Amino acid sequence: MIQDNTVTATPRRVSERRRFMRVFFSRKIVVLGFLLMLLFLFTTIFAGWLAPYDPNQVGAGAPLVQPSKEHLLGTDTLGRDTLSRLIYGSQTAMLVGFVSVAIGSIIGITLGLFAGYLTGIINVAIMRVIDVLMAFPTILLALVVAAVLGGGIQNVIIALSLTAIPTYARVTCGVTLSLKENDYILIERTMGASNVRVLLLHILPNALPPLLVLMTMQLGTLILAEAGLSFLGIGIEAPTAAWGSMVADGYKYLLKNPVLSFAPGIAIMVVVFGFNMVGDGLRDALDPKLRGLL
Amino acid sequence: MAELLQVNNLKTQFKTESGLVKAVDGISYQIGEREIVGIVGESGCGKSVTQLSVMQLISKPGEIVSGEVIFEGHDLLKFEANGREMRSIRGAKIAMIFQEPMSSLNPVLTVKRQLTEMLILHKGMSKEDARKRAIELLSMVGISSAEKRIDDYPHQFSGGMRQRVMIAMGLSCNPKILIADEPTTALDVTTQAQLLELMKNMVEQFRASLVIVTHNLGVVARYAQRIYIMYAGRIVEAGTTKDIFSNPRHPYTIGLLKCIPRLDEEEGKKLVPITGLPPNLINMPPTCAFLQRCNSRVKRCSQDPWPPLVKMNGDHYLSCYVNTKEQVSEPVTG
Repeated sequence: MIQDNTVTATPRRVSERRRFMRVFFSRKIVVLGFLLMLLFLFTTIFAGWLAPYDPNQVGAGAPLVQPSKEHLLGTDTLGRDTLSRLIYGSQTAMLVGFVSVAIGSIIGITLGLFAGYLTGIINVAIMRVIDVLMAFPTILLALVVAAVLGGGIQNVIIALSLTAIPTYARVTCGVTLSLKENDYILIERTMGASNVRVLLLHILPNALPPLLVLMTMQLGTLILAEAGLSFLGIGIEAPTAAWGSMVADGYKYLLKNPVLSFAPGIAIMVVVFGFNMVGDGLRDALDPKLRGLL
Repeated sequence: MAELLQVNNLKTQFKTESGLVKAVDGISYQIGEREIVGIVGESGCGKSVTQLSVMQLISKPGEIVSGEVIFEGHDLLKFEANGREMRSIRGAKIAMIFQEPMSSLNPVLTVKRQLTEMLILHKGMSKEDARKRAIELLSMVGISSAEKRIDDYPHQFSGGMRQRVMIAMGLSCNPKILIADEPTTALDVTTQAQLLELMKNMVEQFRASLVIVTHNLGVVARYAQRIYIMYAGRIVEAGTTKDIFSNPRHPYTIGLLKCIPRLDEEEGKKLVPITGLPPNLINMPPTCAFLQRCNSRVKRCSQDPWPPLVKMNGDHYLSCYVNTKEQVSEPVTG
């Protein structure tokens, strides 16, 4: 019997990973975003170590002092060190962002998988509920939920997760609808795999690339939404440091001490920008249509 | 030969917006133990749907309306479509190989993952044992340095090799029946021959039966012991390979044979195509579906309903009003 030529696979598999890295880091703006994301992760993890003062220590300095050697970004009305609050605020943003994305994506992806795979009444039931949720603008829905449940990190996370669910469900449902028509899914079924096995082990891995991109982008969006809620006063409760409420507290002194508002505002902007760029880079690197082009 | 699978009067229909499609309309056939059976028909005649119905893998809007699929003393159609019993038959007792090797493997999982999955699921093997068995299977289907290749992804294999992997996957759990649905259609001719030979050797080795579903009589001529000719959702002629090739009775079979080149014929003889198109399966007339394309029709053909499949002689069955003088027994299907 004539046998097909065999080519050792190892070098090619490495090149696939290398291709991903090359495409991902090929755009300078993505590299910048990636570095900003790393910086953000770094401050979050080492907040206790980086911050010069306790963020909640009232009277760490005189109230509303201008930036100086002791207080690099000055102090707020209660004399709390702005830099320390900024650094600790990254923890709040991170916690809210990651946990909401995790909860929202797990629920949304599960719903989307089932809605896409099972036709008929289940699909219709799930997707109509998702459509209703989707009809509300994100921030409005979060506002309503946060207003009903009250402030606090836990409730903010619930509100934001809820707003994140429809996007994941929609994307997953669409991807599943097209993936399930593939021959390998039918073959998997002819081999005796159960629906759950097919969904989790065969459809989900194929659906991951667009979802990973979505998750990264949503991290930025949800951090921004959290800041929005906190700015409006129904988000993170005082005295926990949160960037949104810091902007709100500081804007009364915008002319006298602009750093108070600007610093957390820029922090929000930078983080959201970072996550968006990383998402963009991921999309380029994971998109099979761009494979070979980049 | 002992019967392994017995399909009785199977009917599968699709409810579409433009009408009811009777894709499989009362089909009966059997597969013996360690037998190679060919099911031949042109595109859209319901041969794949028949096989998927046997596996109960018809999805909406399709529906198995009636019939029996007797396998190992059980009627498979009585089992819940996605229930435990049915799942333990699929892959473990009856396995399938499909047409398109390029899309038959999951692109994001390694070959190892896909080959071992069913060994772990059906045979309860440990991961290491399953891996060893998978490597063994890959070398059996002729993939060199299987030990290295097993961790590769499907895109690193060529079309022919992927089909080899599919054969290995199909046979991994020692099924009783391997159904190959147009297994070589998407491959070039030399690879086709290799793979058919491989499949034949493998089912012999595994003591399994093989069902070759194809539109190519040439493919089954060499390997099949019995052939079923399907047309518009029904079996129009059935018999041993010898019967079909040396003594074809149905005008459709005769037509099919006339349009493939034969080595034992005089040179320069023209191939005769079957005129017309296969019928639209929506709202079929009650008469013989081949009537429009048939050039040996008699008056009775356009008056009476579709002729039943009747026994001619020996193992030869025919569904036609013409050429049925030697009818020896009563109709086998209603």
